[in-house]
Amino acid sequence: MDAQAMHIANGIVNGPVSAIFVVVAVAVLAVCVVKARADLDDRLAPMAGLVAAFIFAVQMLNFQVLPGVSGHLLGGTLAVILVGPWVGALCVSTVLIVQCLLFADGGLTAIGLNITNMALLGTAAGYLLVAGLLRVLPKNPGGLGVTAFIASVVSVVVASQGFVLEYALGGTTQLSLPWISGTMAGTHVLIGIGEGLIAATTVATVARVRPDLVYALRRFRKPVVLEEAAA
Amino acid sequence: MTRKFGWFLAGGLLVALLLAGVVSNFASSSPDGLDATAREGCTFDANGEITGGTCIAQREQAHQMADSPLADYGIRGIHNSALSTGLAGVAGVLITFGIGAGGFWLVRRREQKAA
Repeated sequence: MDAQAMHIANGIVNGPVSAIFVVVAVAVLAVCVVKARADLDDRLAPMAGLVAAFIFAVQMLNFQVLPGVSGHLLGGTLAVILVGPWVGALCVSTVLIVQCLLFADGGLTAIGLNITNMALLGTAAGYLLVAGLLRVLPKNPGGLGVTAFIASVVSVVVASQGFVLEYALGGTTQLSLPWISGTMAGTHVLIGIGEGLIAATTVATVARVRPDLVYALRRFRKPVVLEEAAA
Repeated sequence: MTRKFGWFLAGGLLVALLLAGVVSNFASSSPDGLDATAREGCTFDANGEITGGTCIAQREQAHQMADSPLADYGIRGIHNSALSTGLAGVAGVLITFGIGAGGFWLVRRREQKAA
């Protein structure tokens, strides 16, 4: 049977640094919950549940990127485009917590590290790219697909460097940091391309079927002045 | 929730169930980018235990939830690997949807100005 371990396991980064990142993750996720409330209406709530379930499913689909090396989608960019940055970070975190507690994937001690890299750094990078690119690219399924592709590649590489930072702070072994950084960046560019293709297909499909459900098309177009006024 | 939106959710969930329940059996079983980097420099025996060398994963410890009935994306007790992976995937999609949709529903913004 394939024993797929896809996230940081226990014992790779020492206890104190792992604990610090648990605190970081909890603090940022608390901010996300507060910010997400403004976005979460009766429609976005079940939509976000679907996005989390979809990311869980696609994370199971490891694709080959090099001989003996595979990769899988992380999902931050996809989530940002469909449900926005705050809810998106919570979606990816939900997936990581379910995987850790029920599927024994990603160490319990390492949960803060994994959330920081994939749910926080990956989603933040994806959000910045998506917000920037949608200022210049057309807001249609094609433009959204290109945006998703580029943002995914960058987001996955940024997430991979999050691990390098954590390892630099508290790695339990002393391997060359430039080597780790380079190896992680190299494989994750390839993984990012795979993720980009999946994310682009997904968001372009949703944009074609139900453009009204795509957060990036609704919210990134103009500031929501009405909501600010009502609050 | 409108009926049309209900159909969209049902359709999306069906796609996720098919991906996790069926397509997952065609996934690559090679270690992913992180795991491959972590293992580089060490040698492994048939069970995946480190036998020598120096690598990031050298001090890796067992998972606290290794005894979970769904550990490693399989259902304990089901020996048909395709069935085990597929059912674990289906369970994961439903559980993630339940926790996600339920959690987001609880913290959602209530419709203001009811009066």
